[in-house]
Amino acid sequence: MTAQSPDNSTWMSGNEAIALGAYEAGVAVASGYPGTPSTEIMEYLSAYDTVYTEWAPNEKVGLEVAIGASFAGGRALATMKHVGLNVAADPLFTASYTGGRGGIVVLTADDPDMHSSQNEQDNRNYALAAKIPMLEPSDPAEAKEFLKRAFELGEELDSPVLLRITTRIAHVKGVVGRGDVLPPAEKPEIEKHPEKFVMLPAMARRRRVYVEERMAKCRELAETADFNVIEDGDKKRGFITSGVSYLYVKEAFPEATVLKLGMCWPLPEQKIRDFAASVEQLFVVEELDPFLETQIKAMGIDCHGKDLIPAIGELNTAVVRKSIDPERAPKELFEPVELPPRPPNMCPGCPHRGIFFTLSRMKVFVSGDIGCYTLGFLPPLNALDSTVCMGASIPMAHGMVKAMGDGSHDRVVSVIGDSTFVHSGITGLINSVYNGSAATLIILDNRITAMTGQQPNPASGSTIRGEAAQELDLEALCRACGVKHVRILDPHDVPECRKVIREEVERDEMSVIIAQAPCVLLPEMKLRKPVTHYTNIDNCVGCTSCIRLGCPAISWTPFEEGEAEARGYKKSQKGYSRIDEVLCNDCGQCASLCKFNAITRGEPK
Amino acid sequence: MSAIKNILFSGVGGQGILLASELTAAALLQVGYDVKKSEVHGMAQRGGSVTAQLRYGERVYSPLIDPGTADIQMAFEMMEAVRYLPYLNQDSTVIVNTQKILPPAVATGQAVYPENVLDELVKRDIRVIGVDAFSIAKEAGEVRTANVALVGALSVHLEVDVKVFESIIEQRVPQRFLKENMKAFAGGREAGGR
Repeated sequence: MTAQSPDNSTWMSGNEAIALGAYEAGVAVASGYPGTPSTEIMEYLSAYDTVYTEWAPNEKVGLEVAIGASFAGGRALATMKHVGLNVAADPLFTASYTGGRGGIVVLTADDPDMHSSQNEQDNRNYALAAKIPMLEPSDPAEAKEFLKRAFELGEELDSPVLLRITTRIAHVKGVVGRGDVLPPAEKPEIEKHPEKFVMLPAMARRRRVYVEERMAKCRELAETADFNVIEDGDKKRGFITSGVSYLYVKEAFPEATVLKLGMCWPLPEQKIRDFAASVEQLFVVEELDPFLETQIKAMGIDCHGKDLIPAIGELNTAVVRKSIDPERAPKELFEPVELPPRPPNMCPGCPHRGIFFTLSRMKVFVSGDIGCYTLGFLPPLNALDSTVCMGASIPMAHGMVKAMGDGSHDRVVSVIGDSTFVHSGITGLINSVYNGSAATLIILDNRITAMTGQQPNPASGSTIRGEAAQELDLEALCRACGVKHVRILDPHDVPECRKVIREEVERDEMSVIIAQAPCVLLPEMKLRKPVTHYTNIDNCVGCTSCIRLGCPAISWTPFEEGEAEARGYKKSQKGYSRIDEVLCNDCGQCASLCKFNAITRGEPK
Repeated sequence: MSAIKNILFSGVGGQGILLASELTAAALLQVGYDVKKSEVHGMAQRGGSVTAQLRYGERVYSPLIDPGTADIQMAFEMMEAVRYLPYLNQDSTVIVNTQKILPPAVATGQAVYPENVLDELVKRDIRVIGVDAFSIAKEAGEVRTANVALVGALSVHLEVDVKVFESIIEQRVPQRFLKENMKAFAGGREAGGR
């Protein structure tokens, strides 16, 4: 949703602004893998007809697609979250040597404070390590502008350019101006340039020299580039800052002199020296690592930084103010009140629930992965025992079994979603089969990349634009990897889950269970006729079987003293369960568990 | 910077906080304010406690509300009105939907929903305005308009002409439910002024 105002500016999120920027910049090809907080960029971009967009199976593939598009002469964008750049690091480091023909911009969306991530790495370090310029906007309007500038810069320097945003740009809405749309470029056409496209050692050694020349040129350019700006003010305190940290500095110390670095790599050394010399005290304010601070100190410049400002988590105005000038910290705040927590939870009707319920009742170590199903860790299921990174569940289970030795295959089960399996689980499965693992793998196939908000993947049968696509046959794929025992399971049939999972876990050979049921948030699932389950309270004996599923639609109603008898129940019954018919999504897991005929499926309304 | 106003939206994922905060932001933009809003997507959304932070003024830099500086909290659920107490101060106004949504530990009988939870605000001299948005929405003919009823209650406390809100609702809600939404908005306005 955007609000259109008379001066042609709109109000939109950073991600929407970046998509608009890519459209205005004439991007030919954009590829990405969903990952919070980057996901919506590709979704918004897919609405522009002139830009080819796609979901790649992982970030490495996405970046390689972008490099190919650039070699063919088109402008190309690859989007990913911070950890996605780890996956895409291999092509990134060599694309630094090759450059391209059309500009290549690699968008990394970092997640300080780990709102929806497994770590909070600072991807500015990649710019330094891969010898690639990095631009870092502060708000949605700049995000759009900097994306366009990144293409110009990259084409001028024959270099990929990194654009780093963080959660508080991606998911912040602000006023953004619309710009001119570049006229269509010449139709891309592949040309042969082996000296920069074929990175054999002989050519790579020459490009290696070029990379240094290019970065020297970029450093020079950084001295005068208008994205590195000095905002004059009181010289008592001078601030060097970039990204969202700039916003917090402006609010905490509106009177101060600020050097705002829109390009956080490479750094304009002379500009920094002159700035440092012009102020009484120098403060470097940045989120996460002391990236700028380390470089500035290496220039021999004395400054404050992480000695005062936290290196962990997000900053905000209050933290910046308090770190630098404790006396200006606000008056005492209200202390939080202790309340029952409200953690995120699997949705009512989530197909993962039946599997985790089953696993929670088995003495197995559950080697987990990244997705909605990571929530299987939370009470009352508590059925996930490790999560490290995308695709790790399968090799980690293999490693556990190999460490424990013969006969331990029934101690470990790995679980992975369909999208994560395609992302980076397949090679792990090939390894498990090749090296003789017998630990069962459960693929939680809900037909979609769910956690990031319902993006199709190669197993979904549709593209980013909702057009039909060849559907990856997971069962045939597992068999092709050499798995002899592949079983398809309906995760909503909980007794069947128990039977099948037990059988396969005991089996002394590699087996894969594909638990197939669509995510309840899929549009086609939401459009079903509303049928819900309800409790026949008369039949409920208060056994709590259904309660232990942890479904948000099922709640426990305790009896008051003497109420059980008065209502005709056994005196010992402590209460009964109740299904919220508004929340119920008709999965039937509770009914499949109930032995007392107390849960019934209603009639279609 | 004191000219910047802060509105904290809090509630449970799936309650329509997004639309409510969008409508509010659109109204503030229309009357000429600079507006920034911050929200969190992904894992945090799945039925958990969620917030949206809205800041407006002549020029807004930071998208985040500092602790102790929320002028208004628009809470969609009673416990979620109290959870973000450190963001409030004694001059804050809390508009709260008087609805209970049981968190998992309460639903499964492992914890108890605190009784009279809003007393935690009242005893700290925070102004609390309770709004029964569900009843207002039901009366309006569509229970899913509860979030628009809450926008109505919030609108009373903003220096924005009611017509601005009405025209924005007209543009933004599905046309077949326009009548119900307008009724819910009006009902919310009435309740929010008390």
